[in-house]
Amino acid sequence: MISFLGKRAVASAVSLIGLIVLVFFLSRLTGDPTNLYLPVDASLESRARFREINGLDDPLIVQFFRYAGDIIRLDFGVSVRRGEPAIDAVLRAFEWTLWLAVITMTLVTAAAILVGALAAFRVGGVFDRIATFFSLIGASAPDFWIAIVAIVVFSVTFGWVPTSGTGTVMHWILPVAVLFIRPFGLILQVVRGSMISTLSSAYVKTARAKGVKNRPIIFVHALRNAMLPVITVIGDQAAALLNGAVVVETIFGFPGVGKLMIDSILQRDFTVVLAAIFVTAVAIFLMNILIDILYAVLDPRIRY
Amino acid sequence: MAVAETGAPIPEPPHPALQILRMLWRDKFAFAATLFLLVVIFCAIFGPMLFEDVATRQNLRGRNAAPFDFSKDWSFWLGGDALGRPLLARIIVAAQNTITVAAGAVACSLAIGTALGLVAGYTSRGLSQVIMRLADVIMSFPSLLLAVIVLYMLEPSVGNLIIVLAITRIPVYLRTSRAEVLEVRERMFVQAAQVMGASTGRIVFRHILPVVFPTLITIATLDFAVVMLAESSLSFLGIGIQPPEITWGLMVSQGRPYLTSAWWLSFWPGLAIILTTLSLNLLSNWMRTALDPVQRWRLETRRES
Amino acid sequence: MAAPLLEIRDLSVDFHTAQGNLHAVRNVSWHLDRGETLAILGESGSGKSVSASAIMNLIDCPPGRIASGEILFEGRDLLKMSGEERRRINGKRIAMIFQDPLSHLNPVYTVGFQIAEMMTAHGLPKAEARARTLELLERVGIPDFRTRIDAYPHQFSGGQRQRLMIAMALALKPDILIADEPTTALDVTVQAQILALLEELQNETGMGLLLITHDLGVVAEVADRVVVMNSGQIVETGSAAEVYRSPHHPYTKKLIAAVPGTGAMADPLKTGVEVLLDVKGFSKHYGDFVALDGATLSVLSGETVAIVGESGSGKSTLARALLRLTEPTSGEACFGGRDLVTIPPKELFALRREIQMVFQDPSQSLNPRMTVFEIVAEAFAIHPEILPRAQWKDRVCELLEQVGLDASHMRRYPHQFSGGQRQRIAIARALALQPKLIICDEAVSALDVSIQAQVIALLRSLQDALGLSYLFIAHDLPLVRDFAHRVVVMQGGRIVEQGPVARIFDAPREAYTRNLIAASLSPDPEIQAARRAGRRLHAEAGR
Repeated sequence: MISFLGKRAVASAVSLIGLIVLVFFLSRLTGDPTNLYLPVDASLESRARFREINGLDDPLIVQFFRYAGDIIRLDFGVSVRRGEPAIDAVLRAFEWTLWLAVITMTLVTAAAILVGALAAFRVGGVFDRIATFFSLIGASAPDFWIAIVAIVVFSVTFGWVPTSGTGTVMHWILPVAVLFIRPFGLILQVVRGSMISTLSSAYVKTARAKGVKNRPIIFVHALRNAMLPVITVIGDQAAALLNGAVVVETIFGFPGVGKLMIDSILQRDFTVVLAAIFVTAVAIFLMNILIDILYAVLDPRIRY
Repeated sequence: MAVAETGAPIPEPPHPALQILRMLWRDKFAFAATLFLLVVIFCAIFGPMLFEDVATRQNLRGRNAAPFDFSKDWSFWLGGDALGRPLLARIIVAAQNTITVAAGAVACSLAIGTALGLVAGYTSRGLSQVIMRLADVIMSFPSLLLAVIVLYMLEPSVGNLIIVLAITRIPVYLRTSRAEVLEVRERMFVQAAQVMGASTGRIVFRHILPVVFPTLITIATLDFAVVMLAESSLSFLGIGIQPPEITWGLMVSQGRPYLTSAWWLSFWPGLAIILTTLSLNLLSNWMRTALDPVQRWRLETRRES
Repeated sequence: MAAPLLEIRDLSVDFHTAQGNLHAVRNVSWHLDRGETLAILGESGSGKSVSASAIMNLIDCPPGRIASGEILFEGRDLLKMSGEERRRINGKRIAMIFQDPLSHLNPVYTVGFQIAEMMTAHGLPKAEARARTLELLERVGIPDFRTRIDAYPHQFSGGQRQRLMIAMALALKPDILIADEPTTALDVTVQAQILALLEELQNETGMGLLLITHDLGVVAEVADRVVVMNSGQIVETGSAAEVYRSPHHPYTKKLIAAVPGTGAMADPLKTGVEVLLDVKGFSKHYGDFVALDGATLSVLSGETVAIVGESGSGKSTLARALLRLTEPTSGEACFGGRDLVTIPPKELFALRREIQMVFQDPSQSLNPRMTVFEIVAEAFAIHPEILPRAQWKDRVCELLEQVGLDASHMRRYPHQFSGGQRQRIAIARALALQPKLIICDEAVSALDVSIQAQVIALLRSLQDALGLSYLFIAHDLPLVRDFAHRVVVMQGGRIVEQGPVARIFDAPREAYTRNLIAASLSPDPEIQAARRAGRRLHAEAGR
C-alpha cells in the first residue's frame, strides 16, 4: 500500500510538473502582460520599470525557473491586479468551490445509487424506463441553458430564490440544483449498467438459491460489487467540479475558483491562474488517492 | 442434436443491415433519436445553402416576434430575434457550425486517441508510460481553461475550436483503447495469430482493432454530445465562435439579455442542443445493448410482458 | 405409497432467442425420494440444468417462460406459491451448489459471512449462525477453519471453494441438495474427494441428492437412478447400472459408446524413426515461482505424446514456452536440428509454419469478426510463399472438407457453428501451414464426450494421412489412454514419469501416477461400486 502510494505520488508529481510547464508557457504566449497591466498611454519608461520590477526582461526560461523555485516554497507571487498574494485569492475561492462540490456530489451520489440500483432490479419496468429517460435528459442537458431557464422560472417569475450572489442558504439552491443534473444523469447510467451485470452474476444466483430477500440481494450482494466502476465515474465528475464549474459559477455570480480562473485569464493575471491550477491539481490528486483507498476497502481482491 | 454435429450449422441469419434495422425498430426511443439526428445532419449539410438569405435578412417588424404566430412566414413560427431575424431559419443554419465543430473534434480525438492507445497497449512499457502521463496531464488540466487559453492565442475559428476540443477529448479514447487492447491481446485468437507468425501490425489492425472498435464508436457517440455541450459553453462564454458566424450555444448567449421579455430567443436553440444530445445519448445507449452479446436479446425479442 | 419428496410433472420451459422460441425442456417428468441420488445426465444444450433452475426459481422471465407443468415438493406445487413462500423454501428445504464455485461466491464478502447468511436469511440469530458456520467449516474439512472463516473466496483453492459451497448449502440441513456439475472444473483427485464428501453427508442427513452432470463416470460413482436428457427431452430413465448395461435409446447407446478409456492402447512406434522435437532441461521461472522445472522429453515423427497432469503442473507453460509465447528461462528445444530458444527471429518466423497449436476453447481461439475463409486463409496471408492468392479459395475448400466441414460454409462466422465444428475450423487453420507438429492444449476438454470422440478420430486420421506428430496436453486420462503413443506425467512443474502408454496405465511406477489413474472414474457403475468397496476395506484395514 505504502509503495503504491509512493508510485502514485511520483506519477502525479510528473504530471503536475508537466502541467505547470504547459500553463506557464501557454499563458506567456498569449501576450505581453505589460500591455494589459498598464494604461495604453503609459510612457516607455514606466513600461520598462514595470518589466524590470516584475522580471519580465529576463529570457522566458529564466522566468520559468525563478517561478518554479518560488512554487516549491509555495510562493506563487502577488497578484498584480488584486494586490494580494495569489494563493490567498485562490484559497478563498477554492473554499467556495469545495463546498459546492462536496454538497453537490454527496446529493448526486446518494440519489444516483439509490435510483440506479432500483431501476436495474426490474430492467424494462416502469420505474426503470422513467429513471432511464430522466437520466438521459439529465446527461444531455447544457448546464448554462438549464441555469438561465431556472433563473427565469424560479427567480424572476416565482421569486422563490435569489438570482445570483452568496450569503444565505437560498443562494446555494439553484447552483447546486443545476450542477446536480448532469453528474446525476451520468452516474445513474453507470450505476444502472453496472447493477444489471452484477445482478445477473453467478453469486447473485447463489444468493437467490439461498433464499436471501430481495433487498439484501440488491444492496448487500450486488451493490458493493457494482460500485467499483461507479467510483471511477464519481471521481471524474468530482474532479470536473473541483476544477471549477466555470459556467454555472459565472451565471450565478458564485465566487468559486472557476470564476476566478476565467476572470484572471481575461485579465492576464498569471499568478492567480497558475496558483489556481496548482491548488486544484493537488486537490484532485488527493481525491484520486482517496478513491484508490476506497477501491481497496470495497474489494478485498485489490491489494496494492 | 450434438451427436449429429457435422450436419448443417445454425441457419443463416438475415442480412446484417436488416438485423440492425430490426433491432433499432424494437427500441422506439433509439429509432426516433436516429430519425431526429438524420434531420439535424440534413440541416447541417444543406441548411446554409438553402436558408442563408432567410436567416440573415433583418426584418424590423419581426423584432423579438413571439413564437407560434402561424399567420407569418414559416421561418417565424418559432419567433424572431432582437434584429428581427427568423429564429427557425437561424437554428437550421446554425446546425452546420455546431455539428461541424463537434464532428470534427470527435473524429480527430477518436483517430489520434485510438492510435496512441493502440501503441500504448501493444508496445514497450517505457513508451506506454510516456503516453499515459501525457494523458494524465491533459486530464488534470481543466479542459475549458485549455480552450480559453488556446483560443486567446489563436483565432477562435471553427478549425481552431476543433483542435482545442479534440485535444481535451483525446485521453478518453486513449485510455479506453489501451485498456481494451491490454485485454484483447491476451485472448486466444491473438495468440493463435502469433503462433502462425503474424506481424505486430497484422495483429493490431486485423485482430485487435476490429474487436475494440465497436466500444470506441459507442463512446464516440456519447462524446459527440459532450463536445457539443463544451462548444456551446465556450460560445456562451463568448470565447468560441464569434458573430456573424452562429452556433446554437452562441444563440443562447445572444438571447440572454432578453430572457425576461423574450424567453424564446434562448429557449429554442437550447432545446435544439438538448434534443440533439439526448438523441445521441439514446443512440449510444442502444448501441451499447446491441453490441453486447449478453444483453442483445433485449432488442431481439418481442416485448410480451 | 407416499408421495415422493420432489416430483416434476410435464415441465416445459421456453426461452425467447433471436432465432425464435427455444423449447429448453419439453414435458419433463421425474421424481426424487429421500436419501436417494438421482443424476440428470446430458450434454451441453440438452436442458439438463433447466428443471433445477425452475425448482429454485432461478429462471429469468423474460426471456424464460414456464409453459406448462408442476413442481411438487412434498405434494405442494412450487409454481403456484408466492415469491415469499418460495424464498423460504430456497436454502432451508432445498439447497443448491454450482459448477465454478469461484464465480458463485461473492468476491467482496468473507466466506464466513456468506455461509452465516444462509442461516440469518432464514431467521437464525447472528451469533448462533457464526458458531454453526465454524462447525460446518470443520465438517467439510477446511484446515485452520477458525482463522479462515474471515478469509475471502479468492484466497481458497478450487476444491476448497466447492467445500465452502457445500457447507453453505447444508447449513440448514435441507431435504434436498441440487448439485449442478459440482466437480466439472476440478482435478480428478479433488473430484473424488468432493464426491466422497457428498456421499458421507447424504448418509448423515438422509437428504435427497439431485446431481446434474455430463460425466458418465460421476453417474457411475454416486447415482442410484439416472435420467438421460437430449435436446430438452428425457430419452431414458432407470437405475444407473441398468442404463449402463442395457441402454434402450440410440442416443444413450451412442453416449456410452463414445466414453473414452475402453479401447485398445497404442503400441509404441518402431525404433529408428526420426526424432522431431528434443527438449532438454526446459525451465520457466516467474520470479521465485518455478512453473516449469527442467523438463526433458522428445517427440518422434508421426508420434502422439500426451502430457498429463493436474492444474498447476506446468503442462501449459511447457506448450507456451515451446511456441515462444513466453520465453523459457533455461534449457534447449531442438526441432529439426535447430534450437527453438536461440533461433534468430527470421528463422523463427519460417519455423512457425512447422509447429502449430490447437487451443482449448475454440470459441475463443477463433476471431469472432472474421469469416471461416479469412481465418483459414490468414495462414497464406502471413506466409505468402505457401500459395499464390488465386489458389487460396480452392485450398481452403480442400482443408475444410479434410476436417469434415461443408466447404460452402466458409463465408460464415465462427459463432454460427457448434463447439465441435469450431474446433474443426481451428484444426483446419493449423493444417493450412502444413506443420509437422501440432501442439493440442486441452484441445477437446471443452467439448461434449460424443464430440470429443469425433475430434479425436479426426486427429488420428490426419496423423495417418499426413504423418503429423502431436504433443497432446490433457487432464483427462481415459482420453489419453485411447489416443497417445507415449505419456508424460507432470506434477508441480516437474516430469515425474514418462513411458509408453501401456506401461504407464498398466504398471505405473510413481505413487502420483497411480493416484491419478485411481481417481479417474469409470463409466461402469459396477466397476465404481467395486472400487468404492475396495477403498472402504482399505480404510477400515488402515484403522
